[in-house]
Amino acid sequence: MEQAKIIKTAIRIRDLVFRRGRNTILDGISMDIQQGSIVAFMGPSGVGKTTILRLISGQLKPDEGTIEVNGQMVSRMSDRELHRFRRNIGVLLQDGALFTDLTVFENIATPLREHTDLPEPLLRRLVMSKLNAVGLGGIEDLMPHELSGGMARRVAFARAVVLDPGIMLYDEPMTGLDPIAVSTIRTLMRETNDALGLTSIVVTHNVTQMSQLVDYCYIMASAKIAGEGPPQELNSSTEPGVNQFMNGKMEGPIPFHYQTPGTPWGLLD
Amino acid sequence: MATLGHYTSKLTGPVAQSGQCLLFLMRMISSIRFSAAQVRSVLQQIYLIGARSLVIVMICGFFVGMVLSLQAINALEQFGASDQVSLLVVKSLFRELGPVLTALLFAGRAGTSVTAEIGLMKATNQIEAMELMAIDPIQIIALPRFIASLISLPLLTAMFNALAILGSVVFSIGVMDMDAGIFWSKLQTGIYFYKDFVGGMWKSLVFGGLVGLVAVFFGYTAKPTGAGVGTATTNTVVLSSVLILVFDFIMTSFFT
Ligand SMILES: Nc1ncnc2c1ncn2[C@@H]1O[C@H](COP(=O)(O)OP(=O)(O)OP(=O)(O)O)[C@@H](O)[C@H]1O
Ligand SMILES: [Mg+2]
Repeated sequence: MEQAKIIKTAIRIRDLVFRRGRNTILDGISMDIQQGSIVAFMGPSGVGKTTILRLISGQLKPDEGTIEVNGQMVSRMSDRELHRFRRNIGVLLQDGALFTDLTVFENIATPLREHTDLPEPLLRRLVMSKLNAVGLGGIEDLMPHELSGGMARRVAFARAVVLDPGIMLYDEPMTGLDPIAVSTIRTLMRETNDALGLTSIVVTHNVTQMSQLVDYCYIMASAKIAGEGPPQELNSSTEPGVNQFMNGKMEGPIPFHYQTPGTPWGLLD
Repeated sequence: MATLGHYTSKLTGPVAQSGQCLLFLMRMISSIRFSAAQVRSVLQQIYLIGARSLVIVMICGFFVGMVLSLQAINALEQFGASDQVSLLVVKSLFRELGPVLTALLFAGRAGTSVTAEIGLMKATNQIEAMELMAIDPIQIIALPRFIASLISLPLLTAMFNALAILGSVVFSIGVMDMDAGIFWSKLQTGIYFYKDFVGGMWKSLVFGGLVGLVAVFFGYTAKPTGAGVGTATTNTVVLSSVLILVFDFIMTSFFT
């Protein structure tokens, strides 16, 4: 049975280069992400994980290389095509970005109201079921500023998945959550992914959390992919950068400090 | 070369920005849908930015009416023409002071809050989140505020005028003991509905569009930082006030 499943590439990235001014943030990245899989992007802070997500969602344009999602070239879409394309992707931004003037309920209902004509009772049931799924049934009338950081994140999660998109991009969905919420969200991600055949990309720092969730992992360092593979393989990898990151070591090829051109006049070098 | 570039960018900056602003206006207009949801959010914005400016507009209107009457009586008395006070006061109100003063108040009260609100939404990534949900923030956020300002300002101006007339009545008839019959009959014969009142309303419609456009544009293009939103808010007041006075002169000189 497993063999019979057709393996389809949902996201294909080729030789992606992205620069900000003189800084090359991403330098020749290629990857194929399979339909139906959950993939993790890991790597040190500032390496460009959020940037890749923004490139995939079409908010940024690559300087070189191509990004194809379900056969469509994201980097060449017009505004209108981009608009249509984005109905099919769900994005959880790093800071949640809830609409501060709307209640929790209306926050989650917004994508439904914009893109569907569901009758009110059905819409209500759908929103409540998503809210219950993230373990927050009963807070629908609160305003975003009345939530804790972790609660806000879970509401943002519910809002991102409410339209059941084909592709989910999560930017650090677990940060600031307690262990119970983490496993709730993790189970939820896995279940929605498998039930609906989604493709998910998760940006994360947390190595152990991810090994339990994802199918495949990309580790980024210094603008490139330092290592990739299923989490079990990466755990036992001997590749220096990968090994350093997975085991959280100070010494190794990945620098802890932001790359600076050095002190002026080289006084402290 | 660098200084030359500096000066050309100083010159082209405002030109480019005006161009962007007009493009922004066209994008707003092209996203008009007349859907129930859109009408609802326009009504909501009329309440938020229009109705909430009502009290300050009414208070100012009342006092402007009083002080205008005071000055007019002082001046007209020298020619023994103080019975013309209502005519002078109301004509200047309908044609100039009502539309201009209300628009200036509106820019300070509503324009700033619109810019700050949209700027803050941008700084907290809410605008980005909308774009990612394939929701057009120009349609959902900018357009209703622009239209609400277009509709609210003429109504506020009418309210300002009404309260200013009341202020004039209180001062001229109540304090200065003018004859009420003369006060009203001068108005009846000397004020023309289309030329005086409707002319002023047209002006305030244009001012409403100006303030609305400037406020949403600056909010939308604000730098997503605290200081950026602060600057954008200040720019809204300064630029709308200047534009109001410039357009007032242009319209007055063309249409009279
Ligand atoms: N708007 C911007 N303008 C200029 N540089 C930026 C901008 N946004 C990000 N960068 C730079 O791009 C690089 C990658 O940023 P990115 O946000 O993708 O990192 P990240 O891997 O998501 O980090 P983290 O794990 O801390 O979220 C950083 O060096 C950052 O300084
Ligand atoms: Mg990030």
